[in-house]
Amino acid sequence: MEIIMSVAIGFLFMAAVYLMLSKSLIRIIIGTGLLSHGAHLLLLTMGGLGGNSPPVVAEGVSVSDYADPLPQALILTAIVISFAVTSFFLVLAYRSYQELGTDNMELLRGTEDHE
Amino acid sequence: MSFVFLIFLPLLAALFIPLLFKKLGKVHTGWFVLIVPVALFIYYASLLPTTIDGGNLVSEFQWIPSLDIAFVAYIDGLSLLFTLLITGIGALVVLYSIFYLDKHREQLHNFYVYLLMFMTAMLGIVQSDHLITLYLFWELTSISSFLLIGYWYTRDRSRFGALKSMMITVFGGLMMLGGFVLLSIMGNTYSIRELIPQAPEMVSHDFFIWALVLVLLGAFTKSAQFPFYIWLPDAMEAPTPVSAYLHSATMVKAGLYLVARLTPVFVISGTWMWLVAGVGLFTMFWGSFFALKQKDLKGILAFSTVSQLGLIMSLLGASAAGYHVDNIAETTFKYAGFAAIFHLINHAVFKGSLFMIAGIVDHETGTRDIRKLGGLMSLMPISFTVAMIGAFSMAGLPPFGGFLSKEMFLTAMLSLTEFDLFSMDVWGVLFPIVAWLGSVFTFIYSFYFVFHTFAGKHKPDQLPKPAHEAPIGMLISPVFLALLVVVIFFIPNLVGDWLVKPAVMAIQPFLYSSPGEVDIHVSAWHGFNTELFMTLGIFAVGGLMYWTLRKWQKSYDRFPDSVSLNALYDNLMFLSDSGANRFSMLYMTGFIRSYLVYMFSFVIFILLGTLYLAEAFAFDVSNLAPVGFYEIVILVALIGSTLTILFSKSRLTAIIALGAVGYSVALFFVIFRAPDLALTQLVIETISVALFLLAFYHLPQISRKEERMRFRFGNALVALGVGITMTLVALSAHSQKALPSISEFYKETVYSEAGGGNIVNVILVDYRGFDTLFEIAVLGIAGIGIITMIKLRLTKKEGQHENK
Repeated sequence: MEIIMSVAIGFLFMAAVYLMLSKSLIRIIIGTGLLSHGAHLLLLTMGGLGGNSPPVVAEGVSVSDYADPLPQALILTAIVISFAVTSFFLVLAYRSYQELGTDNMELLRGTEDHE
Repeated sequence: MSFVFLIFLPLLAALFIPLLFKKLGKVHTGWFVLIVPVALFIYYASLLPTTIDGGNLVSEFQWIPSLDIAFVAYIDGLSLLFTLLITGIGALVVLYSIFYLDKHREQLHNFYVYLLMFMTAMLGIVQSDHLITLYLFWELTSISSFLLIGYWYTRDRSRFGALKSMMITVFGGLMMLGGFVLLSIMGNTYSIRELIPQAPEMVSHDFFIWALVLVLLGAFTKSAQFPFYIWLPDAMEAPTPVSAYLHSATMVKAGLYLVARLTPVFVISGTWMWLVAGVGLFTMFWGSFFALKQKDLKGILAFSTVSQLGLIMSLLGASAAGYHVDNIAETTFKYAGFAAIFHLINHAVFKGSLFMIAGIVDHETGTRDIRKLGGLMSLMPISFTVAMIGAFSMAGLPPFGGFLSKEMFLTAMLSLTEFDLFSMDVWGVLFPIVAWLGSVFTFIYSFYFVFHTFAGKHKPDQLPKPAHEAPIGMLISPVFLALLVVVIFFIPNLVGDWLVKPAVMAIQPFLYSSPGEVDIHVSAWHGFNTELFMTLGIFAVGGLMYWTLRKWQKSYDRFPDSVSLNALYDNLMFLSDSGANRFSMLYMTGFIRSYLVYMFSFVIFILLGTLYLAEAFAFDVSNLAPVGFYEIVILVALIGSTLTILFSKSRLTAIIALGAVGYSVALFFVIFRAPDLALTQLVIETISVALFLLAFYHLPQISRKEERMRFRFGNALVALGVGITMTLVALSAHSQKALPSISEFYKETVYSEAGGGNIVNVILVDYRGFDTLFEIAVLGIAGIGIITMIKLRLTKKEGQHENK
């Protein structure tokens, strides 16, 4: 399963980077969203996908049966942060629409005297 | 007494200057400043009896003990001589500046802060025994010189001159630092005193010649030797007190000091003697030759300073001959070192007075252009007298101090023809010839300076202001210096015993163990010898050429400006500026895509490179989780929705597909036994999709449809590279564990230590509580940012409305 997941993570990263390199602002933001999904799955896979029981202490479950809690804790933090970043990006994009009337990154480069 | 702290006294005083300027503006700030150099001069003069007997004083405090860096003030004859020049001339210059700079119009607090900073730096250079702190003070003089040249910063020429001096002297300073580091590697010490005894062993070291050249680059740039002198004429944009102080009497002599101080270390090498004496003498000739091309009074003095510094430099080089001969007391080689120091004193005295006179002329007539000046003799009789004394001393006429050291200079240069090492027996004959030629031109420009300004026809219509004699306060300093010029002529041996001989002992410690052993008696009359005939020749030829100056001075204009050293500097500056600009424009395209491509390429490069170099790639199939049916279904959904994003034409589809990816990830969390993650992901994903829709879909002015993304090979390549890299990283990370995971600790202690059952939650709020705290902080910052942006829009809209 880890091998399949690794390939899937690579695919997510590829799609994310390709979207981020496009010239449309919304695609760039979608790309960052995909990138964080890829990163979360990467963290999860790194710790190993084994473990028969969720990491909640329960009667009759031995310590080795719990899923690895550390990646989960890291991912939980990362989900929230990526949400904050995505929302910020969205408002930023929304504002630049209103001010500049475009979401084409090719038209958003520098000032007039910037060659 | 720990006099090492006195170095910092001017800097300390500088702290109070802005306050005094603001609060006591009625009194010229210079009066307060004057106390500092006068007090220091009196204190340092009280140390004279020690050095006259050949003694020395050391005072130090540790600065960075772990790096073996300390402030070590070492006072012997040489450093005390320079210290007295710095404080003595400093006091006179401050006194002069009080009348030169108007207290109402000038920013005196800036001026005096820079000046005091310079004083500390200069005292630090001449007293430091530690190479690293010497370098520190060395650069501080460059910086304060930069600030003082650019004092009238609204003028283009000031800023240009300031930058030019900074570029050249800091370049030299860095080279010198390299030389110092090599010296410390060879001698295993930063102390100059400890380096000197090791000189005989160091000379055969591979680094020796490099250290020598690098240190000399520092000295030559600072002391304006050919071809680095070009910054000095442009530095004349500084206020005249600064020119008199920094650019003739003290800072430009730091290079001479360095050469003198390190002579015992390098003296064994023939390269040292050739470079120092050769470059010095050539500079002397070059500077005096081009001084006659100048039309600006301070320009003439600048070139004359270049020339005189070259003269002293050549004497310091010639003094190296003393190391290589036996029984020096019976030869003429003994004169070079003495002459160098003696002329250094004379030059500081007469050049200081000449600069002050140039400032007075500028101040009282409004111009320094020698073509507009003339006939000021009757209007400014005191200034004229002072100028004449200074210039005659510079020209080497009796009865002025310059005559004595000039004679001795000729003696030293003649002695080189008898030196039979380092092919001097073949080329040594050039030295007296070039020295004689340089002296002829020195004679001419000295006369040119005085008589074109004060004699001839008065041209009142060309002067911006009607000329009159300067106020008495402004004349005190130059008159005092002019008196010194005459006094030195009559008591040369007193000056020799008190100041020169102790300093000579520091330059030539291998010859003398006490100043009394320096067997030189200065007298004005030596009988009819070669030097006297050379001097008479200088007077005759110089006088004749001055008489016909108007006929041949125009030929200077034939030197094209386009092939000068200044043009070289300008072109270098222009090329580096435009070159750097063009280079950065090459990759700073302004497209965000370009920057992302750089970053991602770098990520690929670093990660793959590390995987390869550290042999970290691993592939292990032994410890895999089983592949189940649901996993495959979710995976297909994940990949399908990702592909939908890539190929969709409509934004709505893309946003919903992104939501689908998020839900698939949440389902993965469910399957891989991460219930907290699954819950959080579901909530967050729902809000995200809503936000996306809100922000993009409901913006009316943007079309809801978007054309399909065109395929771009370059982007695809980078994306594929990142994808493959991440797959490899994921595989390697799973297949090996370099360290045991801390997870086991959490699992075992979560209930006993933290008293919680949900391990993930306990990690977040307990074990790694600060992480969570900062996570909340990030959320807060993002929230503030979002609110700000929305608020900004509202206020601006209102503003626009009002405008309408």
